[in-house]
Amino acid sequence: MRESAKPTEDGWSSTVTLTVNGTGHNLTLDNRTTLLDALRERLALTGSKKGCDHGQCGSCTVLLDGRRVKSCLILAVTLDGRTVVTVEGLADPTGLSPLQAAFVAHDAFQCGYCTPGQLCSARGMLDEVARGWPSAVTGDLTAPVELTDAEVRERMSGNLCRCAAYPNIVAAIRDAAAAR
Amino acid sequence: MKAFRYHRPADVAEAVALLDAEPAAAYLAGGTNLVDLMKLGVQRPELLVDVTGLPLDTVEVLPGGGLRIGATVRNSDLAADPVIRREHPLLSRALLAGASGQLRNLATTAGNLLQRTRCVYFQDTGKACNKREPGTGCAARHGQNRDLAILGWSELCVATHPSDLAVALVALDAVVEAHDPGGAREIPVAELHRTPGEHPERETSLPRGALITAVRVPPLPFARRCTYLKARDRASFAFAVGSVAAALDLDGDTVRDVRLAYGAVAHRPWRAYRAEEALRGRPFTAELAAQAADAELAAARPLPHNGFKVPLIRNLTVRALTTLAGTAPR
Repeated sequence: MRESAKPTEDGWSSTVTLTVNGTGHNLTLDNRTTLLDALRERLALTGSKKGCDHGQCGSCTVLLDGRRVKSCLILAVTLDGRTVVTVEGLADPTGLSPLQAAFVAHDAFQCGYCTPGQLCSARGMLDEVARGWPSAVTGDLTAPVELTDAEVRERMSGNLCRCAAYPNIVAAIRDAAAAR
Repeated sequence: MKAFRYHRPADVAEAVALLDAEPAAAYLAGGTNLVDLMKLGVQRPELLVDVTGLPLDTVEVLPGGGLRIGATVRNSDLAADPVIRREHPLLSRALLAGASGQLRNLATTAGNLLQRTRCVYFQDTGKACNKREPGTGCAARHGQNRDLAILGWSELCVATHPSDLAVALVALDAVVEAHDPGGAREIPVAELHRTPGEHPERETSLPRGALITAVRVPPLPFARRCTYLKARDRASFAFAVGSVAAALDLDGDTVRDVRLAYGAVAHRPWRAYRAEEALRGRPFTAELAAQAADAELAAARPLPHNGFKVPLIRNLTVRALTTLAGTAPR
């Protein structure tokens, strides 16, 4: 069994240990605090965005133990001992990651508000493809996945872009996938 | 959001005892629905019992070819499981038709079954809802009811169950394993969810405080010949307006056996027993498929805004079955 957050004396708050972008944090939080609010309001990591706050827009997407998730729907109290990577942790030590560079090269945004979520989601999605996970548009569930435009669009459907930069987002992700 | 205490139980017995002891306690798994409903003020638990640390997260192949799926197996892991993809593709198809990649990475098997309706009136605490607050009325009955039920509804509630996975599990004769203060019990998924009747606030046949620990799927020789068709308002990441899960076994062109279930038409996933009965033992044609759907939908009572669901489900049934039979018009 995993570790469990330590409740404060009144029981309404808890102390949680979290690793975020490689740095350990010990936080005492009201149990109602979402991961998104903990990142933004307590750790000043404002890259992850609060769009809808209901799990529908994807702009709060981060990687939890390597998997893409919506941080607005996760209570931080549940994450004692877990590892989070946000958009601030995506870059390589020497500069932009290939995925980030592909977003720049393809102009895969206009206003940029959804971009941190798009990047974290794309990183997690490409790992899912590497593990051979099928999607709703995969024809043969037992065959290797071929990352077509239709596959990228389906797999990225949890990330909305109100500027509709979708064609360039798809192109950037396919470029980054090809370079892997 | 109302303040709450948080606890991770050491085992199933402790989890069940906590729920039994505290009327305002709730189980927390993936949280993709519950946390949202807590933000909206629809659910107001005072204690969350987090069951994600319990050892209920494996998919087990049973002797004889059945499966036991742990309650906390994540939707994405279940959809990608090699055995599920090969032997029970209907489950993968239904799961992958629902939600988004990020949500499937959190949402669990049992949580998916126990998710609440997406009826907008249920989710809006400013509106009358007998499910949320018994006795207050149903704003949906004479409101915007396009997305709501055509089968099995009552004057008190016209909500639909939103799960895709549950529709597939009902078609496959799956069984829920649960623990409650009285001990262990098993319930067919087809009997897990209720029609609303006089008590729309009672959504399942589980006793209060019961914890689903696993879902068992029996072997089905023709499970690979299946399809899940989902009609929705956009191409991806939307709840069904109507859906059909189907598996077909033909002997020559005669229907030896068939499984058929409908989603987004009722307060529970709707096993189409009458349609199955109309199909079994008869030579398969598109006309027979349509007649079978009509036999099931004879009981439909569409609401003012959702009459289209009757022909929608009829057409999805015909398309699903003719595709499986290899007789779909090209």
